[in-house]
Amino acid sequence: MGKIVIDPVTRIEGHLKIDTVVDNGVVKEARSTGNLFRGIELILRGRDPRDAQVITQRICGVCPQSHGIAAALNLDSAFGISGKIPPNAQIVRNLIQGAHVVQDHILHFYHLAALDYVDITDVTKYEGKDSDLSSVRDFISRGELGPFVPRYEGDYRLSPEVNQQATAHYLKALEIRRIGHEMVSTFSGKIPHSVGIIPGGVTTTPTIDKIISFLWKLRILQDFINNAYIPDVLAIASVYPDYFEVGVGCKNLLSYGAYDLEGENPDLTCRKRLFKQGTTSADLKPDGLDITKITEDVRHSWYQDSSSGRHPTQGETKPEYGRGEAYSWIKSPRYGGKVYEVGPLARVAVTYAYGDPVMKNLVDSALAQLKAPPSVLFSVMGRHLARALSAKFIADSMEKWLLELKPGEPTFVEYTIPEEGTGAGLTEAARGALGHWIEIKEKKIANYQCVVPTTWNASPRDDNGNPGPMEQAIIGTRIKDKSNPFEIVRIVRSFDPCIACAVH
Amino acid sequence: MVNEIPVIWLQTSACTGCTISLLNSASPTIRNILIDQVIPGAHINLRFHVTIMAGAGEPAIEIMENTAKEKTGNYILVIEGAIPTTKDAVYGAIGERGGKPVEMKDRVEDLARSALAILAVGTCSSFGGIPSAAPNPTGCQSVKQFLDAKDITTPIVNIPGCPPHPDWFVGTVASIILNGLPKADDLDDNLRPLAFYGHLIHENCPRRAYFDEGKFAKKFGDEGCLYELGCKGAITYADCPLRLWNGGTNWCIGAGAPCSGCTQPEFPDLVAPFYEKLVDVELPTIGAYWLPRKEEK
Repeated sequence: MGKIVIDPVTRIEGHLKIDTVVDNGVVKEARSTGNLFRGIELILRGRDPRDAQVITQRICGVCPQSHGIAAALNLDSAFGISGKIPPNAQIVRNLIQGAHVVQDHILHFYHLAALDYVDITDVTKYEGKDSDLSSVRDFISRGELGPFVPRYEGDYRLSPEVNQQATAHYLKALEIRRIGHEMVSTFSGKIPHSVGIIPGGVTTTPTIDKIISFLWKLRILQDFINNAYIPDVLAIASVYPDYFEVGVGCKNLLSYGAYDLEGENPDLTCRKRLFKQGTTSADLKPDGLDITKITEDVRHSWYQDSSSGRHPTQGETKPEYGRGEAYSWIKSPRYGGKVYEVGPLARVAVTYAYGDPVMKNLVDSALAQLKAPPSVLFSVMGRHLARALSAKFIADSMEKWLLELKPGEPTFVEYTIPEEGTGAGLTEAARGALGHWIEIKEKKIANYQCVVPTTWNASPRDDNGNPGPMEQAIIGTRIKDKSNPFEIVRIVRSFDPCIACAVH
Repeated sequence: MVNEIPVIWLQTSACTGCTISLLNSASPTIRNILIDQVIPGAHINLRFHVTIMAGAGEPAIEIMENTAKEKTGNYILVIEGAIPTTKDAVYGAIGERGGKPVEMKDRVEDLARSALAILAVGTCSSFGGIPSAAPNPTGCQSVKQFLDAKDITTPIVNIPGCPPHPDWFVGTVASIILNGLPKADDLDDNLRPLAFYGHLIHENCPRRAYFDEGKFAKKFGDEGCLYELGCKGAITYADCPLRLWNGGTNWCIGAGAPCSGCTQPEFPDLVAPFYEKLVDVELPTIGAYWLPRKEEK
């Protein structure tokens, strides 16, 4: 028996430790520890409800936009205007969120995950004239390789040509995601931490110059997704096919759905959305979403026991460091008492399971190229593939929404803050199902609870001792080289964890 | 011979928003900043940054600790985030030593002592920001507050903003490479470079004419000055209206949203509620309520 401890896990958002027990080269136990608590839910109490939208974005600088959306939906429902958001505002919200999520997926694959597979030092052999690759070659020849070394050594399998191509795309992707953020900013002022999304709609009024500028930046993103991102995922997958069997996980998937396609239905769990609401499992049969089945356990988290097992509407955040069996600042959300994974894989699989024709075609043709059955989706490479398809699905939908905007028509509906009220805001952040819940008393926030994608995925054991989704995905994995545990970091990064979000 | 400037970028009680904002740098691009010689003859050698670096776990921590030893007095320490200081709990840890988590405050103390200079990036790091907001559940402090209490006198430059504009960071670094550390006259009382934080948003706001004429937006989407919808531009120092965000695409007031005062020490508690009009500021003599600036003292 031996231990592998990785602290910090890098190329993710935030402060994560992974602690494993390894026996005969196979992981027997895994513990995921969120290492930073800020107490944002405590900070929110007593404030003007409208400020939740500003403050919750600061939960995460990588996915602020999704918190802005979840907060706005939450406040819309608490203010009783859920079914009254003007169509223009709903579209602008979708465009802001869509552009943000697409650039986030690109950032994840190239800048957070790719260095686990791509050997950038192969660029020393580059003899061509591409200015990006030449600058990397010069950089390497100067001999100071931070931040690209140190790194795990050994399992880099791509040919020099593919490594060079992938490195060129790594650099190109920096530009592409920056353009994605410009699209967000077009309608939302600035990003990270943008100001455009508010309860009642959005602050901005769409104008033709913004629409056309957004359109042609969208085309740049689509081109990159079609001609670099998806082909690169497939190319890496073909050289690392064993990673279609590594990191399988709990096989229960949950999606809140996202990108409202109608605004009248105040019930977010059955409103018509681009990504569908629901759950699915290994059989890929769809099941509906019942948010009353969500609870958060804290027996293995650093919070007072009395707050365990509650629905977020009754949730509490009472820190108690160092007690009993606890080992993380992350709570353990469960659905009907069971372990569920969220993320691009979940929303793609749920939408696929419901038979959405566009999604079915996307998934089926990718699987046909890989000559693989849908079961391979439950894996490290399956998550990367689902993320790339999620990017394409969103990007390809945005053009239609954009052209439905009506300059001059309203983007905001007025409201009054109620004396008392409750609300729920559900959406899909880049990393998966994101929920905000509010209780208002005397026109102030009495309680605010966030259950965030990585809260689900990186959760510690629940009150019944069941490990969280990421822990389950690591347990049972064979580690080839204990001093270079590629397998563990590849599994962890396939979830695209965000720890600032998970704990908040 | 290229001058390699070692940089350690430490994230403490933060959200990574400052890092993502830096990735948005338009010119130089982030590739120019990390790979190329950002100023001819000088290369930023980013040795530790958890969001970007290839390595993980112990080898990553080693490079951080070794840089502090080998490059004592010569490396730049960038801190993104406030410092949790409460004694009864480990609210923030980075890596382990002897199987025990190393607290963020201990990392900051060790690295700050032997740095050439500290760049406190973002409002959390500069002034405490969001994690320090009431009731400050984790006892967060700004870098300056924390180091003053330890009598650590390494020079600090604050680059606030939630997040800061990439130009503010890149411009400050370029200035240090070309001209050395900022002189006292280059910074305001809050240790912000005057080059970027020298004027109020209000002074350069394109909606200023509406303010002077008393034309105020009553609801979102209206034309007019956003003052009555909660704009904090009248007390906020930053060059956003001239610089614009995301490669010159837009900015908060450009999107019809009030300035939230995110570059200020008052952010968030004293500029909230964000959608309520500033209190105790009478019109039209708003200038009398500007925060005191160095030359006015």
